[in-house]
Amino acid sequence: MAKEGKAKGADEQVSAVRRAKHGWIITLCFTILTVFYLYPIFMVTINAFKKKGFITENAFALPNSRSFFGLQNFIKGAQKTKIFQAAGYSAFITLFSVGVIILCTSMCAWYITRVKNKFTTGIYMLCLFSMVVPFQMVMFTLSKIANILKLNNPVGIIVVYLGFGAGLAVFMFCGFVKSIPLEIEEAAMIDGCTPIQTYFQVVFPIMKPTAITVAILETMWIWNDYLLPYLVLDINKYKTIPIVIQYLKGGYGAVDWGMMMAMLVLAIIPIVVFYIVCQKYIIEGVVAGAVKG
Amino acid sequence: MEKAIKRYFPIFALPTLLAFTLGFIVPFLMGIYLSFCEFTTVTDATFVGIKNYTRVFTDPTFIHALWYTALFTIVSVITINVFAFIIAMLLTKGIKGTNFFRTVFFMPNLIGGIVLGYIWQILLNGILANFGKTLTFSSSYGFWGLIILMNWQQVGYMMVIYIAGIQNIPGELIEAAKIDGANGPQLLANVTLPMVMPSITICTFLTLTNSFKLFDQNMALTGGEPSNSSQMLALNIFDTFYGRNGWEGVGQAKAVIFFILVAIIAVTQNTLTREKEVQQ
Repeated sequence: MAKEGKAKGADEQVSAVRRAKHGWIITLCFTILTVFYLYPIFMVTINAFKKKGFITENAFALPNSRSFFGLQNFIKGAQKTKIFQAAGYSAFITLFSVGVIILCTSMCAWYITRVKNKFTTGIYMLCLFSMVVPFQMVMFTLSKIANILKLNNPVGIIVVYLGFGAGLAVFMFCGFVKSIPLEIEEAAMIDGCTPIQTYFQVVFPIMKPTAITVAILETMWIWNDYLLPYLVLDINKYKTIPIVIQYLKGGYGAVDWGMMMAMLVLAIIPIVVFYIVCQKYIIEGVVAGAVKG
Repeated sequence: MEKAIKRYFPIFALPTLLAFTLGFIVPFLMGIYLSFCEFTTVTDATFVGIKNYTRVFTDPTFIHALWYTALFTIVSVITINVFAFIIAMLLTKGIKGTNFFRTVFFMPNLIGGIVLGYIWQILLNGILANFGKTLTFSSSYGFWGLIILMNWQQVGYMMVIYIAGIQNIPGELIEAAKIDGANGPQLLANVTLPMVMPSITICTFLTLTNSFKLFDQNMALTGGEPSNSSQMLALNIFDTFYGRNGWEGVGQAKAVIFFILVAIIAVTQNTLTREKEVQQ
């Protein structure tokens, strides 16, 4: 046994040496690839500081004394598009929709997994089914219904997101609930917990990893979503970030590329910050989500 | 215990079910019904049978969009998965800076389709300007532009899934294959690929459905220009609904066909690749 362990250790050392030999070539290649990967973002950033005429003339040149426009693109763009207000709506809608989705769908998933009858099985199947239905299938009718029921505002759209996003979330929570041993919940109930206490004090804390995964997937979807808020919201009053960017293209005739670049930079900044802060959770969440989906 | 929980139906399940009914079930059923109607809003629908469906198949823009989307889906699924797998293989060799590279490659995924579309529009137009062309010069420029964009966005996501798959392969299995004299390509074909088959299933599924349903990137990059020739299905449906008067019913019929296509693709793909998965 000891001999075997030793032999394996030596083997690992050999392969570690081999790895190191070729490793730097791969590292070099990837470093070059990384530069290409980050270049589009770098390019948008330099162009955000140029006057608009210079962007279409030569998009790759760094700003010089003639083309440098300072923060004018940002200031004018922000005034014209009210992007900070849009960022507020985006943040509000994303935060509360994701919160509501996590709370409601996890409760629903626990219920339909623990109470087994034809009705709950039917709901589960419907949730599965809804995951393959593309948004275009329901977009027209959904936006009309939202309009009739006065859900065309940042609060009402939360209900729409809960409804349309429920399928994936319920499915993922159900997968996890099935793996929770029933004894834990039974013990809590015998000790006198009501189902609500059992859920919030015992079940939900156990579900936390899945809740994080669902939260990440739904946040990535809702923050970047264009079509649903565009069709559901009253866009004369409420715009989200993607709507503002698209409006810059469509709403004013010729595109002011200087303003566009500045607004793109403003749109990317929160995402990059969020990514740097929550990187570990995001990548783990994506992997966990993929395995279950 | 089940009985105790059952009484709490209004608290646990009802909110989600109400929203689900409102946000999915009712719009879905109404959508199917309206695809057989002529209408401008939901309230003035008159039943016209399958007229909308016959109009769909005589609409040249739809047929073009269908082929364009199919071709785009095939090319993007292959390129994204091949690149993602190669990068994942290289990033699991324990080289320096693995975490940094992984972080960078994943990042574009978080940026929304509209923003991505405009980033790449300015970049690709900047390059094409040297040849006196633009992205909307012909539909093939838009096509390859969209392929590049989608690769940039999705390779990182798929890479992360492949890395997890590769790291799950037991080390003994690879050692055993090496002792039996397997060389690099044999190891890849007979050990690594079969063992990461679950990851391949997921990644092809995600890339297939993402590409087929693509909307935001398509709209922001070319908007279907020149003259709708770079228009994909989702954009074509949107355009039929909101860009042409009197075509709402046809748009809804297109949406139903689109849904059926997506469902067929999803189910077929799942059964095909699941068959190839090995029991661990």
